[in-house]
Order: sequence, then C-alpha cells, then structure tokens
Amino acid sequence: MIKGEHIYKSFDGRTILEDISVQFESGKTNLIIGRSGSGKTVLLKTLVGLHEPDSGDIFYDDKCYTALSFAERKLVRREVGMIFQGGALLDSSTVYDNVRLPLDMFTNRTSAEKDKRVRECLERVELSHAGHLYPSELSGGMIKRAAIARAIVLNPKYLFCDEPNSGLDPQTSIVIDNLIHDITVEYNITTIINTHDMNSVMEIGEKIVYIHQGKKWWEGTKEEILHADNKELNDFVFASAMAKRAKQVL
Amino acid sequence: MKFISNFFGAIGRYVQLMGKVFSRPEKFGLYYRRVLVEIEALGINSIPLVAIISVFIGAVIALQMAMSLESPFIPKYMIGYATRETMILEFSSTVIAIILAGKVGSNIASEIGTMRITEQIDALEIMGVNSASYLILPKVIATVLFFPLLALFSMMIGTMGGYLIAIFTGVVLPSEYIEGLHYCFVPFFISYSLIKMAVFAFLITSISAFYGYYAAGNSLEVGRASTRAVVTSSIAIMIFNLILTQLMLT
Repeated sequence: MIKGEHIYKSFDGRTILEDISVQFESGKTNLIIGRSGSGKTVLLKTLVGLHEPDSGDIFYDDKCYTALSFAERKLVRREVGMIFQGGALLDSSTVYDNVRLPLDMFTNRTSAEKDKRVRECLERVELSHAGHLYPSELSGGMIKRAAIARAIVLNPKYLFCDEPNSGLDPQTSIVIDNLIHDITVEYNITTIINTHDMNSVMEIGEKIVYIHQGKKWWEGTKEEILHADNKELNDFVFASAMAKRAKQVL
Repeated sequence: MKFISNFFGAIGRYVQLMGKVFSRPEKFGLYYRRVLVEIEALGINSIPLVAIISVFIGAVIALQMAMSLESPFIPKYMIGYATRETMILEFSSTVIAIILAGKVGSNIASEIGTMRITEQIDALEIMGVNSASYLILPKVIATVLFFPLLALFSMMIGTMGGYLIAIFTGVVLPSEYIEGLHYCFVPFFISYSLIKMAVFAFLITSISAFYGYYAAGNSLEVGRASTRAVVTSSIAIMIFNLILTQLMLT
C-alpha cells in the first residue's frame, strides 16, 4: 500500500500539487490520470521520492517515507521499480546488462543465480532473444518491456509507471498494459501508473485518481468513471465528439 | 552581484556533488570493471590524438628553436634541450590537458547530460544507486590514472618529433640533438609535469561531469553544458597551472 496525505508541492512559487490525499492498494493497478500539465507526473515523482513534498506525508505500507533518513530511504528504494516514459535504459549497456545491474549492485547472489534471474525476467517480458541488443537497436515496445524486466528483477513491492504507453501504437499499448497488470497480480505489487491513455483506463484501471489543476478531482473504478457526474472528468474522458455521443448512449 | 551569487552557488553544488561522488561505493567489483571501461573510452582512445599533436609540435618547436638560436655563441645542442624542456614543462601536461578538455570533457558532459534529460540518472536513483558515484567516480579514477601516462607518452613522442626534424632537415645534427636532450636534465620536472596532469585530469573530469549532471531541459541544454564544461575546465587548468608551478618550482 502507498498512501499520500495532504501533499503540497510547488516550483518557483507556482503551486503544482495542492492538498492531495490518496491511497493505492497492493495487488491492484492504480491509475493517476489527468490532462497534460495537471500535475500527475509531479505527483508520481513526489510519491516515488524524486521530488520532496513541500508538506504532507508519504507512506510505504507502515513506513513514513518522508520521515526516513537518506540511508533508510535507499533501503526502501530497493523495493521500488519504476518504468519511465522513455524507458530510461542505460544507453551504454545491453538489455541483459541493464536488467542485471540491480542484481549486481544490491545482491550477493552468485553469477549463475543472477544470470538465471535475468533470463527469467527477460522471458517474462518475451525478450529472451534480445538480451544482447543495445537500447538504440530496440523498438518502442521492446524498450518498455526491457524497462519492465529491469523494474521487476529485484521482486519489487512497489511499481511506478510514468506513461508506459507513450509513443506506442494501441495494440502494443494494450500488450504493455496487460503485462504490467499481470505482473502486479502475480507478485502482489502496489502499482501506480501515470497515464492519459483512455484505453489503459478501460483495460486495467482498478482504481483511478483524476488530477485536475493540481488537485484530486475524482477517484473511483473504471466502471464508475463511465457514469461519473463530474464535468471536468467527463470533458477529459469523453473528449472527442464520438466519445461524447457514446456517453449519451451510456 | 547575480554573477557572484551564481558563481558561489555553482561552487557549492560542485562541492556537494563531489561529496556524493566520493562516498563509499555500493560494490567495488562493479566499479573496478567500469574503471577499465572508462580507461579505454577516455584514455586509450585519446592516444592517437595525443600522438599526432605531440609529434608535430615537437617537430615545430625544434624547427623554431633552430631559427631562433642561430648564433655562434649558442651551441646547437640547445635545440634538443629547449625542445625537451618545452615538452616536459608545459606542452605535455598543460597544452595536452586543454586539448583533452575539448575531447574528453565535452564527451563526459554530453554523455551524462543526455543521461540526465532521458531520465537514466533518475532511473539509477530510483533503484537506490548513488548515480553520481556510479557514473562519475570511475571516470575520475580512469583519467587521474591514465592522463599522466598520456603526458609521459606525449613527452616521448614530442622529443621524437624534434629528432625526426634533425634527421630530415639537418638544422641540427641528430647527435647534437640527443646531447641536448641529456643536457642539464632535471628528473623532478617529469614528476612535476605528471602531478600537474593528474590534477588537470581531475579538474577536466569533475567539472565536465558537474555540468552534465546538472543539465536540464533538452538537447540544446546538453550542448550548452558541454560548451560550459570545456570553457570552465580550460580556465581551471590555467589557474591551477599557475598555482602548481608556483608551489612546486619556486
């Protein structure tokens, strides 16, 4: 479980997040949605610890992350996986080495054990054949899958995904969505996905938080979002003329 | 006033970054492998450039000395002596360091800057890796160890360039040139030059890494960071050249 309580964050005097309190359950794919510039990326990066909140608390299960020392935070981070928008694989390393890096850095397993674990993860994301390739030789979908393999290699308890579908075609997006969802259930991870892709919302959104102008505007499930009585949310979800007509039918 | 506050702000951030760089590494074995990779990338790959520049400059110094010392009162072997002194005292350390600031410094700043804007550094931080230490320390160790060897190599190649001029142009007899190379030789000058080069290597690597590490925004900013890295490294080399000469030779 990850919980944020009364989170405020501003940059150069401009308030980006205002009094946000949210709770994300383990074993579920939790989605943060909102328009571009709404503050959802800042919220995700604040929850993961890349930004320090101006005020408010963040809890990872029973641990208050904001109250932890630098060394204690490093220990928590070893239980965190993150998939970045562009994959953020190390350009100078192969896919295999990218996935192996956390094992080399933080475990005392033998080389054979590390090798076995890397191959398991690559197989899980169907990249067994691509271990020797460099990120520049991969397609967008393969980069995302390699990033997922790296994120899960240490069996994380918490998984953060920043727009994992950006730049992908709808079919590949759904493959990535389902992969993240399956992994979440399989390992009972607390997964938080930041997206504005409505296909993702409808496919895997077990809990959805809608952020608007830096505030939590709405939260619910993918079933509830279709019938929500919230103008800003409906303007976002049913943005196109076709979607608006579909909403009227619903 | 703003310039002064920016200057001291940058010094403060540089010192903070160096604190992170020299904190205890997570895994020494991993760093050892990265040092070897960096020695190849930053040091061994610079050998051809250093060789070409040194041989030509050595040859030109010998020619210019021959023209400048055309007097019956100045023995011809002074051409070899002057070439040796110029190469050892100044060229092979200071001038080569400035050339390496252009080649290696821009490479480091753009590599780390690109990693910053593509979130690769954030990915390392999320994993719990000390990104500053992991990325910068191996480069610092590699250059501090290898650049003095490049300086030594430059001294040998440069004096050989002068010898080739003696053979092919006859401005001085090769035997006189060799006699000049032995004349009043002070072994400490080589130590002085190698120490200077080790300090310059640290300055080039740490300053360039600093600009890359704090690059923000887009590819334009990476380009600017790279330019700033080269300019600042070159100025720092000049200042420390003066300080070290004052400390070690007077």
